[in-house]
Parts: sequence; structure tokens; C-alpha cells
Amino acid sequence: MAETMQFDLVSPERMLASVVASEVQIPGAEGDFTAMPGHAGFLSTLRPGLVRAQTEKGEMAYLVTGGFAEVTGEGVSVLAERGVPKDELTQEAFDALLADLKRAHDAAEGTAADETGRMVAEITTLGRELGLNAGAA
Amino acid sequence: MPSLKDLKNRIESVKSTRKITKAMQMVAAAKLRRAQEAAENARPYAKRMAAVVDGLAASVAGSDTAPTLLAGTGEDKVHLLVVMTSERGLCGGFNSQIVKLARSHAEELLGQGKTVKIITVGKKGREQLRRYLGDHLIAHVDLSDVKRVGYDNARDIANDVLGRFDTGEFDVATIFYNRFQSVITQIPTAHQIIPAVVPEPEEGKADAPAHYEYEPSDEAILQDLLPRSVATQVFTALLENAASEQGARMSAMDNATRNAGDMIDRLTILYNRSRQAAITKELIEIISGAEAL
Repeated sequence: MAETMQFDLVSPERMLASVVASEVQIPGAEGDFTAMPGHAGFLSTLRPGLVRAQTEKGEMAYLVTGGFAEVTGEGVSVLAERGVPKDELTQEAFDALLADLKRAHDAAEGTAADETGRMVAEITTLGRELGLNAGAA
Repeated sequence: MPSLKDLKNRIESVKSTRKITKAMQMVAAAKLRRAQEAAENARPYAKRMAAVVDGLAASVAGSDTAPTLLAGTGEDKVHLLVVMTSERGLCGGFNSQIVKLARSHAEELLGQGKTVKIITVGKKGREQLRRYLGDHLIAHVDLSDVKRVGYDNARDIANDVLGRFDTGEFDVATIFYNRFQSVITQIPTAHQIIPAVVPEPEEGKADAPAHYEYEPSDEAILQDLLPRSVATQVFTALLENAASEQGARMSAMDNATRNAGDMIDRLTILYNRSRQAAITKELIEIISGAEAL
């Protein structure tokens, strides 16, 4: 690995990751992008998706449900509202997450309902891509 | 003069009270450690969130299109106070401290002819506030079923507050909580969350704000971030409060245990003295009876 940068993934309740990475793929609100060392200062909101970081120990992937990412030349900080390591994302964990989001969707009204509805749909699609069944929840 | 039996019962009861307070102190100590850890873990997120929001706010400040969460409604009439206290008592002056601060704040605002609305979080503060400012309480958040406060609790509170803000129920929102400093000191704190307070850039610190590309626009990001920032601040306050509560309970129970110990010592001395007095009295009776013969 020639060039590296600091990659931090933080959720409100704890710090999920703080590692050195060579590149990080981020699901930005207006499209996915990859941040590499020396990237121009960049701030983007997130859509639900997978954050992937290439580290010395291989790829680390996390499911995030929104938040924002701050990219500077020296590092990437992702502040996720909720983040789950992909390895820990079992069918049960996924069901629980989806049920949570659905509950939020049912409780929301107006534009908030649109937003939570989109969140549920995106996470469902994402689950399908990962081979998880969304019908159970 | 209480009888010997009364004294003995009394000592026994104080002893069992001491056992209870001692146990509570140890439980509080264990919970305090966990609460402190939770507060520590949440710090990186809150710090970064604040840094980004401050940066963005500084770049948007003064523009006409700044979101109302940042710029305010342009008025300063209706104040919302979110008062956070504990669900349980037996924690010393913890709840009274917050209530006292909130009350003086509310009375000052009322004195200026402003409208005050209060949302209470936690049962204990509600009970105390109802006595003084009962007419101003508009809602209550019950956390008694919650074992460990999570971000979801904070978000629910924040969403409630933000919803009220959107419908124009208030202009300024302030949260009241105890900031944890140490086991013996907790500082009651008032913190304005809406509109967001942007720190003045320090004089002489001439570093230009870092240049960022924003996607979508900086204002759209701010629109998205400000509600999150409110939730984060509520979350921080909840965690600080939880740690403070356990700290306060720990020192209160420590005091109670020590007082119980002192009381037991005093009662034991009294008990021994009365026992001795009874023996002496009996002896005198026997001796004077013998002399009379």
C-alpha cells in the first residue's frame, strides 16, 4: 500500500472503526464515490448503503443508514446514524434493523414518511444484494 | 428513657438500613462506570458533528436563506425548556439542582413578559416543577422503562421538539441537565439548542474555514444536519445526566452509610450505658436491702 489515510466510522453511541485505509467507498446521497488519499475537501450526506474501506487486513464493510461523510486530504470520517459491520449482519440483525425502520416509517407523517419509506426500500434492496431475506420482517 | 429492648431494636433497624444504602452505593458505582463509558464513547461523534455544523453555519451565516433552526424565527417570545431529571430518587440534590436552575430561568423569562413552555424528561423533575410551574408543563417524556439510554431515545425527544418548532410552538429551546464533572460535583447546565449557537470565531485565529465541496449544496446539507445535531446534543445531555445521576447517588449513599454508622455507634453507647445503669440500680437495691436488715 503506497498511500494511506485515516478512516474513522463513528455512530452516536460508539466509535465503530478507526483504521488506516488506502481507499474508501461511500454511498453519497447523490451517488457513490470513492475517496483516496489526497482527495479534495468534500462533505456529503449519505444514503443507506455499504461503506467499504480497503485496509491492510483486507476489505471492511459496514452497513449505514444515513448520516454524512467528511473527506479531507488526510482522512475520511463517516458519521453514521446507525452502523453495523457487514460480518455481524446476520438475518436476525437485519430483520431487527428493518423492523425498526418500518416502525419509524409507520410513525412518521408527511415528508418524513417519504424519507423513512425510501430508507426501508433502500435497505430492503441492499439486503437482497447481500443475500438476506427481507420478507421475514 | 427508651427501654433496653427498644434500643436494641433501633440498632438492628439502623444496621439493616446501612446495609441497604451500602448496597445502593455499590450498585451506583457499577452503573456509574458504565454510564461514564457510554458518555465517553459518544464523544467523538458529538465533537465531529459540532465541528462540521459550526463550519457550515459560519459559511451560511448572514444569508437570507439560512435555515430557521440556525437563524431562529426572528422572534424571542416563546421559550421551550426541556428539563432533564432522573426517574428515581435517593440521589442527593441531583434533581433539585436542575429544577432550581430551570425555575430561576423560567421565572426570569416570565418576568420579562415571555411565554414559557416546559417539557420534562424524567419523573422526579416533573413532580417538583408541577408545584411551582404546573401551568407551563406541556409534555412529559417517560424513560422509566428504559434501562440504558440509547440514541433512539434522544432522537424521539429531538423529533418531538423539532415537530413543535416546525408548527411554530416556540422560538427558542433550551435543555437543562447536569454535567458530570466528578462523583461529588455535577454542574447544572442550561444549553440552548434552537436556534443553534454558533461560537464567534476567535480573534487572531486567522485560519480560514477548511474548503469543502458540498454535495448536495451546503445549505441542503445543513438542512439535513441541524436536526441530527439537535438529536446529538440531546443525546449528550441524556448521557451526562445519567452519569451525573449515578455519581450523585453514589455520594449520597456513601454519606448515608457513614451517617448510619455514626448513629449505630451513638446508639450502642447509649444502650451500654442504660444497661450499666440498670445493673447499678439493681445492685443498690440489693445492698440497701441488706443494710436495712
